[in-house]
This record gives sequence, C-alpha cells and structure tokens, in this order.
Amino acid sequence: MSRLAATFEALAESGRKALIPFITAGDPKPDFTLPMMHAMVEAGVDVIELGIPFSDPMADGPVIQRASERALEHKMSLRRTLTIVSEFRRTNQHTPVVLMGYVNPIEAMGYEDFANAAQRADIDGVLTVDLPPEEAEECSILLKARGIDPIFLLAPNSSDERIKKMDTVGSGYLYYVSLKGVTGAGHLDVVDVENKLNQIRGNTGLPVAIGFGVKDAQTAKTVAGLGDGVVVGSALISKIEANLDDQERAKQDIIELLTSMRQAMDSV
Amino acid sequence: MTEKYNMPDERGHFGPYGGMFVAETLIPPIQELNAAYQQYLQDPEFIAELDADLQHYVGRPSPLYHAERWSRELGGAQIYLKREDLNHTGAHKINNTIGQALLAKRMGKTRIIAETGAGQHGVATATVAARLGLECVVYMGAVDVARQSLNVYRMKLLGAKVVAVESGSKTLKDALNEALRDWVTNVDNTFYIIGTVAGPHPYPAMVRDFQTIIGREAKQQCLAQVGRLPDALVACVGGGSNAIGLFYPFIDDHSVKIIGVEAAGDGVETGRHSAPLCAGRPGVLHGNRTYLMEDDDGEIIETHSISAGLDYPGVGPEHAWLKDTGRAEYVNITDTEAMAGFHALTRMEGIIPALESSHAMAYTMKLAPTMSKDEIIIVCLSGRGDKDMQTIAQREGIEL
Ligand SMILES: Cc1ncc(COP(=O)(O)O)c(C=O)c1O
Repeated sequence: MSRLAATFEALAESGRKALIPFITAGDPKPDFTLPMMHAMVEAGVDVIELGIPFSDPMADGPVIQRASERALEHKMSLRRTLTIVSEFRRTNQHTPVVLMGYVNPIEAMGYEDFANAAQRADIDGVLTVDLPPEEAEECSILLKARGIDPIFLLAPNSSDERIKKMDTVGSGYLYYVSLKGVTGAGHLDVVDVENKLNQIRGNTGLPVAIGFGVKDAQTAKTVAGLGDGVVVGSALISKIEANLDDQERAKQDIIELLTSMRQAMDSV
Repeated sequence: MTEKYNMPDERGHFGPYGGMFVAETLIPPIQELNAAYQQYLQDPEFIAELDADLQHYVGRPSPLYHAERWSRELGGAQIYLKREDLNHTGAHKINNTIGQALLAKRMGKTRIIAETGAGQHGVATATVAARLGLECVVYMGAVDVARQSLNVYRMKLLGAKVVAVESGSKTLKDALNEALRDWVTNVDNTFYIIGTVAGPHPYPAMVRDFQTIIGREAKQQCLAQVGRLPDALVACVGGGSNAIGLFYPFIDDHSVKIIGVEAAGDGVETGRHSAPLCAGRPGVLHGNRTYLMEDDDGEIIETHSISAGLDYPGVGPEHAWLKDTGRAEYVNITDTEAMAGFHALTRMEGIIPALESSHAMAYTMKLAPTMSKDEIIIVCLSGRGDKDMQTIAQREGIEL
C-alpha cells in the first residue's frame, strides 16, 4: 500500500482528517524549506504538498505567484526540489510528500527521468495542475509503475462522468478545488462544497482533500467536516510574505496557524 | 495522390503538439466551446452572418496587390501583397475576433476577455465588443501598456477596460496567464477571445479556421490575376495566426513553398530573440505543447523583439507540426533587418507596414532575388504601421 493510502486509512480509522499544508519549494530562500517541512510535521500535519516553482503559474493567485517568483530568483528548480525531499527523507520516512506544479519543468526533465528521480527521492504523489487525464496517460503510467500516486483535481463544475474518470486515473487522493477561481481567492461556500462532496462521494471511493479558500482554523474545521483532508496554501505563504526580513518569525507564524487548525479539526 | 492534410485530431493534437493542457475548472468551458464551435461551423445562418460582417464591417475581400516596382527593384520573383492592413482596425486580427464574438453571442456569454501584446488584438476585440454591446476586459503586460500607449487609448475609447499586468515579465505571456485566471474565475458568463493560434484545443484550430479567409481569398485572387498558384508564401509568425491563415489553404498544394518568419530580435545567436521554432524546443505552455523558449529547468525565458506582436515565447502548435514534417520552413529576421524591410516597402510602394509584417517584408527581400522573374511570392501584409510610429521614431532618434 502506498504511503498516501496508508496515511488516509489510518486517519479514517482514528476518525481524523488530514491536514495538508502547501508551500513553494525555495520560498523565500532555498534553505527555508527543509526545516519548515520538519517543523510542520511536528505541528501535526499529515501530508506535505511541495510546490515546484514555475515562471507561469496560470492557476495561481498573486500570493503563490509571488512565492514562485521569489523561489526562482534563488534559482530553485525541479531538480533542487527533489533534492530537498531526499534530504527530508533522511530523518522522516513516514510523512507523505506530494509534488505540486505545472507540467513544463517535468517535460523539460523528461517524463521517465523525472519518474526515476521522484522514486529515488521517495516522493509519494505528483499533482500536475495543467495535466488533465486527457494528456496525463504517459506520465501517469511511469509514476504508477514506481509506486507514485498521480493526484488529480476536481472542480465545482466537474460532471459525474468526470469524477468517475478521475476515480480510475487517480490514486492516493483526489483534490477538490472548492471554488471557481485561482488559489488564494475569496471564500468557499460551505453549502456548495457540501453538495458537491455528496456528488463526488457517489462516484469515487478515493479520499477527497479540499483546497482553495481555507484561510483560518474555523474554515479548516468546517471543511474537515466535509472531506477527508484540508489543504491550506496561500494563508501559509502570506506569513512568509509578511516576514521576508525575518524567516524565523515566518516559520513561527506558520506553525501557529497550523497548530490552531489541527486543534480545531480534531475537535470536530 | 497523397493523403489530404487533416489536422488536428479530435483531441486537438497535431502529432505530439497541441492538446488541452489546462486546469480542471477549464475543462467544462473548453468542451462547451468546442461543441458550440463544431455546431456553428456547420450552421448556414452563422456562416452567412460571419460572411456579411467580413464583407461590410471588415471590408473584405482584401486586395492581392502586385508590388511591381518593388519586384523590379529586387530583380527576381513577382511579389504580391495580401493586404490585411486594409481591414477595419488595421490588421488581420479582426477576422478572428469577429468570428469568436459571434460565437460568444450565440453561446449567450455577456462578457468578453482578451490578452494583447501590441494592442492590435485588444483593439480588434474591443471593437467587436463595442459593436455587440458586450462587456470587455483586455489584459496587457505593463511593459506593453507603456510602449503601445496609443492602442491602450483606442481600447479605452471603445469602452474596454484595460488591465495592466504586473506579474512575471509584464509582457504578452503574462497577459495570457492573467486572462486564463480571469476565465477560470468567471467561466459562467465569460468568453475568452484568444488572439492567435495558441491556447488549449479548440483555439488553435478555431482561430486558424477564422483566419483562413486570408489564404482562401489569396488563392482565388492569384488564380484569377495570374492564372496559376504562387511558388512561395511568406508570413511573419508571432503566435502564428496570420501565417496559418495564409498557409492553410495551400498545405496540400505541394508545389507551393511555405515560409514562416520569426523575430530574431538582436540575433538568434545572442539569445535575445523571439524565435522558438528556430531556436527553442518542445514544451507545454498556455494549454498546448509546442516549441518554446525556455531554460534547462523548463522555466519560460524572456523574449525580445522590436515588434510587440511577435514578442512571445511560444508559437501555435500547428506550426510546430508543419516544421517537424518539413511542410513549412521557418526562418528568422533581426530587428535591424525588419527596419530595412519597413523602409523598403514604405519607399518603394507607398505602403507603411506594421513592424510585425516588416519581418515578412525583410525576408522577401532576401528570397525574391534568388527566384526567377516569372515566379510568384505571396507575402502576408498582416497590418499597417500607424501603431508603430512612436517605436520607429524613437529607434531612429527622432522626436515627434
Ligand atoms: C500586424 C500584426 N501582424 C502579426 C502579428 C502576430 O500575430 P500572429 O503571428 O498571430 O499573426 C500581430 C500581433 O499583434 C500583429 O499585430
């Protein structure tokens, strides 16, 4: 069983939901990421989504765009992102790590070279925003052959047919984008999300993580009541951005927010 | 007989190129667009409305003009100019915006968005939006807003909202990113009019189909005026819409040489250029796989060209396919050469071309003398140069 499947199964058994932070590798500086990952694990997160910086993050709002820009200024790349995960694995073999990004850096490396490198770095899942199932087959086959889960997105306008498709091509979990828009946008509508989750549950047995619009402990708690996991990204990266001259402070603020989310989610 | 060219496949692929590389939220609207487009393409009423608009509003057919004096001066092939500069709003862009706007209306969309580089596509979009009474938002890189201020003013006069995009390199590619972000946020009421043969399927095929009016007319006109097909076609390639518009109806005419001209900026060898087909490699950007300008890590790199309309790191996927199959050849022209082409056409024929089109003119100056006097080149004069007066004066040290 993959590390992701095992994690969601264990959580389900204990009646808890996954807390899944997203940060961009190398933001604000390359040496920030590794200690941040370890600290987030200590704060009780279950899965880490690590963003691969890209020059043209079309699905992201301004906060994550700027995170990419800061990382790229310091020459962060897919290769260096993989190196960070390898280093993380030296002392942590239990927390699943999912790479999240756009397909072009992966194409530039070559699908097969990437799949091999991801396996060596002990990556658990890969979520490629601009690689829908229509285009994903070649890459997914290579990943699955190496025990890496291809993670796919679902959107508010996804049909039953579409959800069934994701159920067959995806593994690990499905990522439900809770609103029409880019990352960091507006507020999610709880009733809408609840209705959609009912539809999704009717078409897949895979765990569903919900992201986009989770900003604080209260929303984390609400969303945890609907899905199997809660993804929080822009709210964390905003802490980095607010403390560009004080990385220690940024780290503390992130841990504080995650801790409050963990507590709120566990008190469901 | 060789098999007839029939691209893309039903999933929008031109061999390994093209496709639908978008986030999940955009899949339903893209499928909806594709269905509407396939439907109306066959709808006689839609076609009739489009044809009437092209005739009475755009001013088609555009002339195929024999540049006799210039041909004589160059001493080789006879040069014929396809006069897209004479269209309403001054470029080929409106052939496409008219078509997409009519489609938007049929689909019940009330809001139009577009990206623009030089501002020509933005103006052409704002124009049709004004005419149909649709809300219009145009995304434009902050750098381009500064260097194409005249077109920004035109768009505003037409009632469009122009948003200066401050992210990334602040040019055309970033405007496209921002338009995609808008679309994903407002999918229910918004129609995204892409200005070139880029983006996810069906855009490359759809924009091509709207632009093939250029090549269909040129073919007829050439047969009527000269009695035979041309020997070569030349067009500038930014995203590649004027080029594919001219080329497409000739793809199965194997005696016709097809040449696309990319922008070499300071020279391809300097790295400061916009010539992905000549000097890039395949990758994925803005919804399709094509040749791109990128670094070893797959990050998109900045492009350079004197012409804002060619300043784009990608190119339409069909051109990538035509390059790989050898059906078309792609060459490049530097800023300096383009300036020479600009002045030559202006002085020899009394026609002031756009800087984009000047790249095609400059290559024609190289090609024509290598051909015989009874051979024919059709060059796409994709737009007029009025919008570039400031850029040109500035480059030549003249204060207006
Ligand atoms: C006059 C003119 N020609 C050519 C282009 C390049 O676009 P494409 O390659 O899609 O024809 C532009 C773009 O702004 C333009 O304004």
